[in-house]
Amino acid sequence: MNLAVFLKRVPDTTAKIRIAADGRSIDPQGIEWAISPYDELAIELALRLKEKAGGEVVGVSVDPDGSDVALRKALAIGIDKGILIKGGVNLDPGATAQILASVVRDRKYDLLLFGKQAIDDDAFQVPTLVAHRLGLPHINLCTSFELDGSRARCRRQIEGGEESIELGLPCVVSIQKGINGIHDKRYPSMKGIMAAKAKPLETLPAPPFEPTLELLKLELPPDRPPGRIVGKGVEAVAELVRLLKEEAKVL
Amino acid sequence: MNLLVFAEVRDGKLKRPSLEALSEASRLAGKAGSKVGVALVGEGVRELASMLGRHGAGVVFVVDSPRLRHYAPEAYAKAVVGAHRKLGSGAILMAATAMGRDLAGGVAAALGTSAAADCTGLWIDGGKVFARRPVYAGKAYATVGFRTSPAVLSLRPNVFAAQEGTGTAAVEDLEVAFEEADFRSAAREVVQTAQGKVELTEAATIVTGGRGLGSPENFRLRDELASVLGAALGASRAVVDNGWRPHSEQVGQTGKTVAPNLYIAIAVSGAIQHLAGMRTSKVIVAINKDPDAPIFKAATYGIVGDALEVVPALTELLKKVLAS
Repeated sequence: MNLAVFLKRVPDTTAKIRIAADGRSIDPQGIEWAISPYDELAIELALRLKEKAGGEVVGVSVDPDGSDVALRKALAIGIDKGILIKGGVNLDPGATAQILASVVRDRKYDLLLFGKQAIDDDAFQVPTLVAHRLGLPHINLCTSFELDGSRARCRRQIEGGEESIELGLPCVVSIQKGINGIHDKRYPSMKGIMAAKAKPLETLPAPPFEPTLELLKLELPPDRPPGRIVGKGVEAVAELVRLLKEEAKVL
Repeated sequence: MNLLVFAEVRDGKLKRPSLEALSEASRLAGKAGSKVGVALVGEGVRELASMLGRHGAGVVFVVDSPRLRHYAPEAYAKAVVGAHRKLGSGAILMAATAMGRDLAGGVAAALGTSAAADCTGLWIDGGKVFARRPVYAGKAYATVGFRTSPAVLSLRPNVFAAQEGTGTAAVEDLEVAFEEADFRSAAREVVQTAQGKVELTEAATIVTGGRGLGSPENFRLRDELASVLGAALGASRAVVDNGWRPHSEQVGQTGKTVAPNLYIAIAVSGAIQHLAGMRTSKVIVAINKDPDAPIFKAATYGIVGDALEVVPALTELLKKVLAS
């Protein structure tokens, strides 16, 4: 079984975001880069599927700065091969989808796994757009995935519940946290890091694409008005309730 | 510029965030002197058209079929695109719910464009559509302009006000030529519906518990406070990663982003990824033992104290106050 996992390099969740002087990008100084957490879950699921069904896991990443940080880490975690696409543009899911679709179109994958969204642009669309471009069925927000021959039995999260869906392979699936009850992701081991150096990492320039969105401005949210400590312990409860009722008027 | 809104129906009811999106479309259209249409898709949904009229729809395109009882991404996208062609819309709006965010991508794909997800502001200027939306889980905001038409947008719940008036909408049945392939990723059934539970992203009040509660059993204190307030239940990432609470309750960067009127954080330290997910709440209350916990920087009101003592006292007092 040939599995493709799509990976994005993003600032770690602990990163403090500062805006760069151009007003349209973030200041990279001091940022720790990581694989987007939902993409890490996609890697974990792919590796488990491979362990059961055999085959190969290929990581695909498009990076405007041409960085291989995400793919190197994924290779160390255990994927077999990487494809790094240098170029593209951040915060334009339409453009990213065009690039990814044209790169993977002729590479025959049985299953294309994404994180449900990247935690930088939070767009939640690239899997759907790629599926549409490739003419493949897809589901987003997958919380349960079981292979049954050439079909996939899935659950998709909705508000207050889940929907059950069956898809034929090949298909596109985007992963939500909690997939198959997976709590433990694997991390790169020293052995994995050494082994990664010998694994193939193909590099290619981004194919031509049409931008769909224009990023005009990036800004920090306004500061919250300063709050106050009402008091200490149980004694402060009465004053808190009074403030909620009379000052904030939220009760 | 005409505006089309997708009306989401779950369990025979219109979802409130869809009415918020419709009200916003109606406000925008009022300024621009343009038409507002709604795509109403599902099974047995026709009777909901009058409510859409009261929220500003000029025309409701009804696509009603037993096959549309459950969400089918391709079929629903086709129905919305059909309504769009009929109306000639320059922007297609929907709520940023699980269905809306999924559908926005599908509609954008079918129209060869992309969508702006989870918008907190939108405006039309010189015939072009612009949107403001959170990125990095709300640590920053992006202003984007659409290079392609129509613009497809999903709107964050609880940000735009739903407005009910006395308007009526024209109702038009829309024939859509569905094919077998349109149902290849359709939901077969809805499972494990949490009946009667308040959904986090749509809740007016949220009570969130953190690791400081000490044990899964102590979340009873959170639940009791939430029950008195009619609030939705939230949890911090640490709690979810420990397996104490399900991921569906997680608030923050790898969970849900919320903006209720009142957010009560119990024994939550306030890691940067958590603050990103709740900092736009209107009023934030923090209860924490540690006076230096970062959550107090975001809080409107804070109590420094042991949540195991403070929360039951708060629950008791609120019971009395809300009953009077």
